[in-house]
Amino acid sequence: MYYETIIGLEVHVQLLTQTKIFCGCTSAFNPDNPNTQTCPVCLGLPGSLPVMNRKAFRLSLKTALALNCDIARFTKWDRKQYYYPDLPKGYQISQYDLPFSSHGFVEIDTDIEKGETKRVRLIRAHLEEDAGKNMHDESGRGHDSHVDLNRAGTPLLEIVSEPDLRSAAEAKKYLEELKLLLTYIGVSDCNMQEGSLRCDANVNLWVHTDDGQKIATPIVEIKNLNSFRGVEQAIEFEVARQIEEWEKTHAKIGDVPKQTRGWDANRCVTFAQRGKEEASDYRYFPDPDLTPVTVSDEFFAEVKAEICELPASRRRRYRADLGLSHYDADVIVSQGDRFTLYFEQVAKLCGDGKQAANWLTQDVQRELNARNLGVDTFPIRPEVLGGLLQRVTANQLTVKSAREVFAALLTDHDTAYEKDIRADLSTSRVEQIIAERGLAVLTDASAITQVIADVIARNPKPVADFKSGKQAAVGSLIGQIMKELKGADAKLVRQMLIDELSKP
Amino acid sequence: MAQPLTKEIVTKVAHLARLKLTDGELDLFTTQLGQVLGYVELLNELDTSAVEPMAHVADIANVFRDDELQPSLPRTAALSNSPKTDGKYFIVPQILEEG
Ligand SMILES: [Zn+2]
Repeated sequence: MYYETIIGLEVHVQLLTQTKIFCGCTSAFNPDNPNTQTCPVCLGLPGSLPVMNRKAFRLSLKTALALNCDIARFTKWDRKQYYYPDLPKGYQISQYDLPFSSHGFVEIDTDIEKGETKRVRLIRAHLEEDAGKNMHDESGRGHDSHVDLNRAGTPLLEIVSEPDLRSAAEAKKYLEELKLLLTYIGVSDCNMQEGSLRCDANVNLWVHTDDGQKIATPIVEIKNLNSFRGVEQAIEFEVARQIEEWEKTHAKIGDVPKQTRGWDANRCVTFAQRGKEEASDYRYFPDPDLTPVTVSDEFFAEVKAEICELPASRRRRYRADLGLSHYDADVIVSQGDRFTLYFEQVAKLCGDGKQAANWLTQDVQRELNARNLGVDTFPIRPEVLGGLLQRVTANQLTVKSAREVFAALLTDHDTAYEKDIRADLSTSRVEQIIAERGLAVLTDASAITQVIADVIARNPKPVADFKSGKQAAVGSLIGQIMKELKGADAKLVRQMLIDELSKP
Repeated sequence: MAQPLTKEIVTKVAHLARLKLTDGELDLFTTQLGQVLGYVELLNELDTSAVEPMAHVADIANVFRDDELQPSLPRTAALSNSPKTDGKYFIVPQILEEG
């Protein structure tokens, strides 16, 4: 007998609009000033009339297209009724039977080293409003709850996956890929601390018995996970708990109602929450305050044209066109749209994708982290770095010397920064540093031969050692030669030295 | 024919709407709501197989507004209808978990 974990995620994404979905209040995150971003519409006062935010619908459509969804040409909004203090109208405006999109997919990497991918199917994506925030008094029973309606009416896109995920790690990967894609196309800031991206996980098991039966256990929904770590840990905990539960009760799907559980990040456990009302109990009906929306061919084409190249496609292109490994391509693409633009510029100029990738993922990344900078504010611009690396590609500069120039540029920058002036970090400054420090690779063989001869003459002992069979003796000689030549190609020097010493 | 309206259904709907009804009210509303539904039921006599479902009473679509900021209410105004407030939040009784 063995267990298979079955997971589907419902992801809620806050769209990058200035204002709420049905009114002109700001949708900015502002928990420190509760109830300062409300109006009759988002307070649900009688007589107010919601009007759909054009940008919210546009961003939703853009997302659904990027998620490979079918787009409904006719869509409408419905009222989902339930009572909760953070829902001032007594209903949430959402989409029930005619969501604007359905049947999409997201491709995730299941094994980066092997290049294995998996397609996670999406049931639907629909546009709805967020509720406010209800803060419970944790001190005990009989106390009050505080309600802040700043968030009420914020546009949310709900993306519902099929139960295609098979492990906590896969669920995390899916969420990471989704977040990356949403950030690339610029529809959400996906700030998880501020709740711009959060998810509910539906988890159950398939029990495969020894006689070949497959038994599904009851589905449990874990609500409101707001970190990648939380998603992974909550699912891991839940799987272990459900196995125990199955062994105790042998309850199958349908034997008990669907259970809702919360996640306690401090204790790392899930806990039972109130019994959720059945879907039909939400008594959905079309919202008479809002008109339906139809998507014309022109609008469809216009939004589609706005979508940039998606992360999965960039990874493929970097591997196929620039010769990057799966790992490097993933590391670069994971750093976001701006980073990839910087990388592509450097790669193009230097003419060696792998070299560019090495520099970006090591030298540049290290400096960005140390300086707490984004790539757009990094003092060395891509055209300068690309030009520098081009010299390495063309064997005019060693990698070691290039690193010296790179460091010198940053020192220039830091010195100037302290004096509150701008440093010259241009390509002509690069040339100057190379000249000043004599870093250019000597292609003049006669100059190298001369230095080799001098060093041999000054070091009779290592020379004798080498001639008596101690190969390692060349090390100290090469060190001395390189010190004098600075920018020489170490491989070439080594060969020339050995040739010279091997002469009878 | 739709299922007849029973007392159980009215009880459930009342619960969902957070209404507390006495036994007498339950009987009364079961009868009255049943009559209303029976009347609406008359529509089922029409053949609507060739009629497009109506999503909205007004025959219009695509009413949008631009994503432009409008002033919000001052907090005092927003909270002015609240039965209980500390001047910052709406204060409500704590939700009790339903068993
Ligand atoms: Zn508002």
